Formats: sequence, structure tokens, C-alpha cells
Amino acid sequence: MVRRMTAVLEISGLRKTYRSRKGVRNALDGFDMVVEAGQVHGFLGPNGSGKTTTLRTLLGLIRPNDGRMAILGQEVPRRLPQVAGQVGAIVESPQFFGNFTAKDTLSLLADAGNVNRSRVPAVLDLVGLRDRAGERVKTYSLGMKQRLAVASALLKEPKLLILDEPANGLDPGGIREMRTLMRDLSASGMTVLLSSHILGEIQLICDSVTIISAGRRVTSGSVAEVLASHTSGAVRVRLEQGGDLFGAAQVLREAGAQVTLEADYMVVGNASNPALITRLLAQRGVYVSELTPIAADLEDVFLELTGTAPVEGQNRQVDESALGAGRNGWGQ
Amino acid sequence: MSLAKAESRRLFKRRFTSLILIGVMLVLALVAAGTFLSNQKATPERIAEAKAQAAASFQSAVQEAEREKKRCLAAPGTPDAANYPADCTQMWTPTPEEFDYTWYMPPTFDMRQNFPDMIMVFAVVLAAAAFLVGASFVGSEWHSGGMMNLLLWRPRRLQVLGTKLTVFLGWFTGLTLLLGAAWAGAFQAIALLRGSTEKMTAGVWQSFGLTGLRGLGLILAAGAIGFALASLGRHTGMALGALIGVGAVQIGVFIMAQLGGAAYPEAYLGPLWAYAWMVKEVPLENMSSCDFSANGGCKPEIFTMTWQVAGTGFAIVTVLVVGAALWALRRRDIS
Repeated sequence: MVRRMTAVLEISGLRKTYRSRKGVRNALDGFDMVVEAGQVHGFLGPNGSGKTTTLRTLLGLIRPNDGRMAILGQEVPRRLPQVAGQVGAIVESPQFFGNFTAKDTLSLLADAGNVNRSRVPAVLDLVGLRDRAGERVKTYSLGMKQRLAVASALLKEPKLLILDEPANGLDPGGIREMRTLMRDLSASGMTVLLSSHILGEIQLICDSVTIISAGRRVTSGSVAEVLASHTSGAVRVRLEQGGDLFGAAQVLREAGAQVTLEADYMVVGNASNPALITRLLAQRGVYVSELTPIAADLEDVFLELTGTAPVEGQNRQVDESALGAGRNGWGQ
Repeated sequence: MSLAKAESRRLFKRRFTSLILIGVMLVLALVAAGTFLSNQKATPERIAEAKAQAAASFQSAVQEAEREKKRCLAAPGTPDAANYPADCTQMWTPTPEEFDYTWYMPPTFDMRQNFPDMIMVFAVVLAAAAFLVGASFVGSEWHSGGMMNLLLWRPRRLQVLGTKLTVFLGWFTGLTLLLGAAWAGAFQAIALLRGSTEKMTAGVWQSFGLTGLRGLGLILAAGAIGFALASLGRHTGMALGALIGVGAVQIGVFIMAQLGGAAYPEAYLGPLWAYAWMVKEVPLENMSSCDFSANGGCKPEIFTMTWQVAGTGFAIVTVLVVGAALWALRRRDIS
């Protein structure tokens, strides 16, 4: 039986163009994204790829040039006032009036949003600011402001929580607390859209991801699917005791493989058909004792898809990213 | 309603609002105290004292005039003759009318005559405060990111800005009425203790009330313009910068108008419009319409700036600036 999920957030064909004297820049170029209910969805992309523009557009702060967006089944921005009460969001760095205390800041937001002020102590406690709630926000560290921002987003008990870089400025303990909080919120039925550059965190927390580059979606799906569909294709090859590692590498290179030699093993980088390795080496009387696929992590996938992996001797500029680099396997 | 409640709380939680309001009350208290201390009631004893001083001055002047007349009569044929007229009977002889006792009275606060000036002081102080508080109320919210946060909670831009402006103007109206009543009461007391409340008819109070209402209009216009300018520039400094810029441009235009021979260069000065609005009319003279020295007594052309003209001008500027702020908020991307 196929479990049908409900989309809490849908974006399709979203376009945003900025015009200036220097020319036209497409911040979003037909971007698509779907976030299913109850999931923690990671939203990844290099700097300047359009993540924050997407979130701002979704939340009615920026007017799109084209495209369709819906939150909780309601078309936005047209119906945004109707769903805003069910969406908690922080966009980019936390921004608050510095002379108010955290408690005042949240109680004013509660008043503005028709939320009971009794929620304020609860959310301050939840993000660990209970004992500092009476201090002015300008005395807070970045991490504390980030916690306050998360508290403000949670104040209205949203169905959809949108967090842009929530781990910014948090100490390791804070990052772990944030991770636990995300999981708890998701477990309680809340859908979380999480934009972050800490890919390890995303891989640990998120059920699904969307990767954006140059204003377009380059991949999306569950974390497992994305990793599976973008495995590195590399395998670690170890030879039996006394095997000629150098000679074996030569054999594979002559056949077109990308081989990296290590101390007691070699890595074949583009081995889409590992059986070919064993066959080629066996034909030369060299036998393999280990043939292990090297699993890609989210960082590898991200760097590959966005074309933002560092290249020695080159200084990559922020706008230099790719729309899904092509993949060519050896031995297919 | 909840947004209005939140904005009311926000307005009065702001330290800047408290500081400005304390400053306003301090300035007003100083003006009232200064008026109280520098005026005295015209008691019969003081009047008698002043009359005695006037009589003494008259006697002294008579004696001096007689001494001068004697010197004049003795002057012909001496080098001193040049200092006196040929006919010594034409020399000035003091008369009692020239020594009015009222000149020897200490200042006294005449409610009917002096209170309109005090309404003007009140309106100018409150208008400056309204401009600053209005600009800061929205400017610092934009600058700190609080406005963006608020828009995430209430994604109706015009409603948010409109509510903010309405709440701010509503509170300033209440504050102006409250302080205005206290101001009138304070000067009524000053007039009773250190001056006079003669001829204070119902019509005079009505006239004060109308002047006060025009003052309220000035205060609200200043507040709305400060608010709208800061919202346009998303920073309190934008309103202050615009104020300084407009002031500098006005001075430049005034100088250019004078150099260019414009008929009424003063008409290009904003404060004159505010003054005309408050005092109902200000006559402006075209000094180049006739040559005084050649024709003597020629009356210059006069343009009377009325409160209706000034009020229309202020209303147009206020509507344009507030309209621009609302239009910009509706159109702009918020980043």
C-alpha cells in the first residue's frame, strides 16, 4: 500500500529577477520545491543560490515575477494572511529591537499575532533563555539571539516552521539542542523547513532535502534517495597479500579508470561497474581481496551538484555554481 | 485590535519615547516657570510705585530740559552754539504724557494678550517631539529588523504601517489634548497670580481653542511626516536628514528668490507657513514694488498668507509624503 503524504509547502516555477544598472540577475529561475507534512526538510544551496530569496518570497517579503506557491494548501502570497498564523519563520540573521528584553519582544509579537502571552515563558524555557529573559536583546550573543528567533517562530505553535540557518552562532551544545528540538517538533507533527550550510546536521536531522543552485532545483527527495542516486561511484580495492598494487593500478588506468593509490589499497573513482575491476585484474593474475563501494555523504553530493568543490589554485566566486554537474561513469 | 494594542505597548516601551516626552515636559515646565518668575501682578502698590517713578522721571527730565535751554540761550557767540538750534524755544520740553507709568511696571502676564504666543510655543515643542518620536517609532523598527519580523506575523503591509501610524497619531492627539489642557490651566494660574485675566470672555476662550486645534493639526502633520520619511528611508536618520536637507534647500531658494527679485521671497520658507497657520494670517510685503526713498510713504504691495493657504499646503505635503511611504511599502521587496 502506498502511503500518500500531504504537501505542506509547494513551489513551482518560481522566478525572481533583479534589474539594476549592471544588468539583469535571475535570483530564482523556475525553482520547484515540495515539502511533505511532518517532515524535517533540508534546504541546501551555496551562498547566493537563492535560498533566502525563496524563503522571503514564500513569506511575502519579496514579490515573485512568476510561479506558484502554496502553504498548507493555500495559495500565497494571496492567502498568506490566512495561513501566517500557522507558519513560524526566521529568515537569515535574527533581527530584533535591541533595547527590548526577550520577554517584551515576544509578548509584543504575541499581542500582534493574537497569541496568548502565557506562551512566552514556555517558549523561552524551550530554547534555554528562561533565566535571561529579562535582559535587553542587545546584550545577547549571536547564539542567544538565534535562540530568541527560534522562540519567536515557535510562539504561535505553527504547523510549518521555517528556519533559515538556525544553528548560526550556536555553540556545539546549542547545535545539539537545536537538533533535538527539531526532532521533537517533527515528532509532534510539525513540519520543519530547515535551511543550513551544516550538511552533517542536515544529514542527521532531515528526512528529505532540496538542493538549489543558481536559482534552480538541482535535486530533491529523501536523504537516502539523494545519496543513493548520487553515490560517488568510487570503490576501494585491496589486493591479496603480495599483490602488485602499482601494476594493478596501471592495468586499470590503461582501461580508462581513475585510480588513486594509497598505502595499501587504491581507490577507483569512476567505477560504475566494479565487476570489470575484478575481471581485468584476474586476467593479469592479480586477485582482489576487498572491493568496497565508497558511500557519498551529503557534502559530496552538494559539492558535486552545485559545482562548488574547491579547486586547488582557484578562488571560487560566490556566483560560480553549477546546475547539476554531469556524471560520466567508467565501464558502463 | 490586537495589533493596535501591541503597537501602543511598543510605543510606550521605547526609551526614546519616554526621553522625548520627559524632555517635552521639562521644556514646557521651564517656559511656564520662566513666565511665572519674570512676571508680576499689577497690584495697587506696584501701580502707585510705577506712577511715582514716572513722575520722578518726568521731573528729572523737566529739570534737564530747563538746564539745556539755559545753555542754549547762553550759547550764541560761543563754540557751543553749533550744538543748539537758533531758536531755543523749539527745544524739547517734556510733557507728563511722555512718561507713561506702565513703562515703569514690571512685566505682567495678560492672559488674553499673551497666551496665544504660549499656544505657539506649545505647538512648536510638541510638533518637534512628534516628528522625532514618529520617525524613531518606525525608523528604528525598520533598521533593527523588527518591522520585518512583524510583517512575518502580520503579512498585511498597509494594515501594519497604517495601524502603527494611527496608533502613534492617536496617542499624540490624546497627549496634546491632555498637555494642552494642563498648559492652559498653568497659564490661567500664572495670569491669576502674576498677571491679569481681564476681558477673558467665552469668545476669547473659543479663539484659544481654535488656535489650539490648529496647533494640534501642526503637531499631527509633523508627526505623520516624520513617520513617513523614516518609513520611506527605513531609518530614523532619513527623516532627520530630510529635515536638514529641506531646511538647507529652503534657505538656498530664499536667497535665490531674493537675488532674482521675487516679490515675496519669505513665502518660500516653511516656518512662515507654520506661523501663518497658527496666527491665521501673515502679511508679506513686496519691498521692490515701490521706492521708499524716492517717493516717501509709498505703500508696498502686500500678499496675505492666510491659515487656509498654509493649511492646504501642509495637508498636500503630508498626504504626499504619507502616500509615498504607503506606496513604497506596498511595492518594495523587503530584505
